[in-house]
Amino acid sequence: MAGVTLDTVRKIYAGNVEAVKGVSLGIEDGSFCVLVGPSGCGKSTLLRMIAGLETISGGEIKIGNRVVNQVEPADRDIAMVFQNYALYPHMSVYDNMAYGLRNRKTPKDEIEKRVKEAARILAIEPFLDRKPRALSGGQRQRVAMGRAIVRKPQVFLFDEPLSNLDAKLRVQMRVEIKRLQKALGVTSIYVTHDQVEAMTLSDKLVVMSGGQIEQVGSPSEVYRRPETRFVATFIGSPPMNILPGKVEGPGRVSVGGQVIAVTDMREGLTPGSSIEVGLRPEDVQAGSAPGASSLAMEVDFVEELGATQLFHGKVAGTDFVVQASTGQIGADTRKLTLSIDPGNVHLFDPQSTKRLGRV
Amino acid sequence: MEKRAHFSGWTLPLLLILPQMAITVIFFYWPASQAIWQSFLREDAFGLSSEFVGFENYLALFEQPEYYRAMVTTIIFSTLVAFFSLSVALLLATQADKNIRGGHAFKTLLIWPYAVAPAIAGVLWIFMFHPTLGTLARPIRAAGIDWNPMLNGNHAMILLVLSATWKHISYNFLFFLAGLQAIPKSVIEAGAIDGAGPMRRFWTIVFPLLSPTTFFLLVVTVVYVFFETFGIIDAVTGGGPAGQTTTLVYKVYADGRLGGDLGGSAAQSVILMVIVIALTAIQFRYVERKVQY
Amino acid sequence: MVENRPFAQFMAYLTLVIGVLVVAFPVYLAIMASTFDAATIINGNMPLVPGDQAGVNYPRALFYGGVHAREPVGGMMLNSMIMAMGIAIGKILISILSAYAVVYFKFPFRKTAFWIIFITLMLPVEVRIYPTYKIVADLGLLDTYTGLIMPLIASATGTLLFRQFFMTIPDELLEASKIDGAGAFRFFKDTLLPLSITTIAALFVIQFIYGWNQYLWPLLITTKSSMQTIVIGIKKMITTTDALTEWQIAMTTAVLAMVPPVLVVIFMQRLFVKGLVETEK
Repeated sequence: MAGVTLDTVRKIYAGNVEAVKGVSLGIEDGSFCVLVGPSGCGKSTLLRMIAGLETISGGEIKIGNRVVNQVEPADRDIAMVFQNYALYPHMSVYDNMAYGLRNRKTPKDEIEKRVKEAARILAIEPFLDRKPRALSGGQRQRVAMGRAIVRKPQVFLFDEPLSNLDAKLRVQMRVEIKRLQKALGVTSIYVTHDQVEAMTLSDKLVVMSGGQIEQVGSPSEVYRRPETRFVATFIGSPPMNILPGKVEGPGRVSVGGQVIAVTDMREGLTPGSSIEVGLRPEDVQAGSAPGASSLAMEVDFVEELGATQLFHGKVAGTDFVVQASTGQIGADTRKLTLSIDPGNVHLFDPQSTKRLGRV
Repeated sequence: MEKRAHFSGWTLPLLLILPQMAITVIFFYWPASQAIWQSFLREDAFGLSSEFVGFENYLALFEQPEYYRAMVTTIIFSTLVAFFSLSVALLLATQADKNIRGGHAFKTLLIWPYAVAPAIAGVLWIFMFHPTLGTLARPIRAAGIDWNPMLNGNHAMILLVLSATWKHISYNFLFFLAGLQAIPKSVIEAGAIDGAGPMRRFWTIVFPLLSPTTFFLLVVTVVYVFFETFGIIDAVTGGGPAGQTTTLVYKVYADGRLGGDLGGSAAQSVILMVIVIALTAIQFRYVERKVQY
Repeated sequence: MVENRPFAQFMAYLTLVIGVLVVAFPVYLAIMASTFDAATIINGNMPLVPGDQAGVNYPRALFYGGVHAREPVGGMMLNSMIMAMGIAIGKILISILSAYAVVYFKFPFRKTAFWIIFITLMLPVEVRIYPTYKIVADLGLLDTYTGLIMPLIASATGTLLFRQFFMTIPDELLEASKIDGAGAFRFFKDTLLPLSITTIAALFVIQFIYGWNQYLWPLLITTKSSMQTIVIGIKKMITTTDALTEWQIAMTTAVLAMVPPVLVVIFMQRLFVKGLVETEK
């Protein structure tokens, strides 16, 4: 097994469209790395360059210690699970899994051993003789994984493998993928646009936008301390509220004239300058609490989610959402006082959109 | 439309495409360009020398009354076959599209004439309507009509139209049926809820929705009458009587058979090429439109 | 349908039954004619129920032929079969290879090559008949199977059909094959070819019928009667001065000529419809 290293990797398509703009990233051996971002952010292109399915316009990709820029996909010692599974429709499940091994002249008994083993792990033994079209979506997904597993590759690549499944099955397969990866310990790179999938699966989360990396870190780091406004609003559901505010002084900002305290704030910001104030819906409390600063909110309507409720309304004229445990706030409440813990306030530069936290 | 993934290298693809290229060039581009080139030449009586004469062969062609007659014959022939084969096929297709038992069997029983060679179709019909021994000619003659397609040009044309229509109904039927089955049932149900009766639904909903198919079949049928009916004409009338059923394609064949005027024959071929290209272009424009829907 | 009215149903049946009968009648007559002797037909009062001469007419047509055009129909059918198979197989072979090249490779002049093939879609052999005849004659291919088959293979329908089918195969399948270590040859053999079986069969059915029914081209390039196809042969039987036409043999031959393609349509109806609809798109 091996890690993967990207050094200022670029992809320029015909017509000078730059899909990937110099990405550098180290993925440790055995870790689960998730590339997440909106569609068109370059995450799939990056994955396909690692697979060898797209040529590399600039930079260097290493698998282990080997530069693979010019290596054919078959010789990179990787395996890939595609969004639409890309199972060979005319081959049985067994043959689908065995095909790559046969092409590599693996001995017959070894192939059989590995396919049987993978089928056992994935619980698809009863289907080995079936054609893919006789399988359900979840079973096809397992076969696609099986095809990757039998190869015993250095790296697993996943290209949005769960997006063709229904919601319930997606959650179930997500857990299975995570379990499997932990058991096999193979370095995995996983592309998705679903931030929940990204958070739950990754050891290392890479948020991408516009062909560039916005932030790299553990899921909790990225959630706790988003480096840009993009990351702040992309990770977390419902997304973080962003309010226009002003700098009042060290540790203090105001929103529509209401002053709140902030723990994580860059020093030396000019009082009176504009700033963006980010608050997660789940981080604000209804009702005034001692020691905390507060904001007034007008409620428009309430969404019921069962365990929690979402209060939609406005703070200082800007849309704002609060998430609260059901029953904590009366559903017909029209005005709320929100107490803000200074440690939960995120500040961003309105121009560069970068975080204005402590250096 | 392009594939995202490709193989690299160019010797293999060139080898793969070579057989088709060779056959296309030898048996298509070479003869086609010969025809175009010859249509501008005039050979002397012994075929020993030839000179470039510009459009003279074309002009000579348009001075021949026989050429105009062939053109008119072709137009009449195409119009009649198109009208009858499309309307009969549409009638049968709408009935077969109804939810009736044995619908599939009817489909099988109606499509097989597609497999009959045009020349054989001609032989079947001339046998049926043969003036002396035809099973169906006897009642006609008994009714006092001097039925004789061997001598009467109109009778010959009727026989041609019948045979050509008979053979082409199956094709049009198949495409109309596919077109009808592609119309969502919900649209027709909406029409019924809006109070339209079966006939009204057909003319205001089904027929307009079917118009792309109808147009496509119209072009295909015209191309069919132009070229594939050659076998029917040769078997039924041989272009006669007195050249009254000679179409443009049949004239190319008949003139070339007599030999001689190579330039004129080539000019006729070139005009036919232009006509087919025009018809195909119309069809493609329509197909493109359909794709964009 | 929205309503299920008995009267509409009855009309539908009636129309279809009449349609089927009208369509079948000419062939029925031909089959009847093949069961009578010449005299019964010539006197113009042929009965509409089978006669007892089928046992005479069919063997005679197959192994002897007509009195004037004395060429056994069995041999003609063999020629037709060779021509039809040659055209069908030849077309499938060259067009699947060229479509594979055009769709799955990037090479110089790929677009040009595609257009060179594509344009041939527009011109049937009828419009370039004499120049093609001359070239085939110059190549010494008159009265040969090669001369019968080759010019009719030169068309774009097959290439377009395969191209269209290949375009529906997801890109990921090639990518998965690449990762599984398959090259151009293996991908073709292991994945593309097995997936194309139905398309190949559909094209085969259509091209077999097309080849079997050819008329003008074989008429021109076969001069020896031993090279005649059945469709040409039957026409020659009825043009020898009318009174002498042996109608019972001609109609027997017509029935024999219809049997192979009609059986193909009836028994491979699904493939036939697929081929017909898709080659016309």
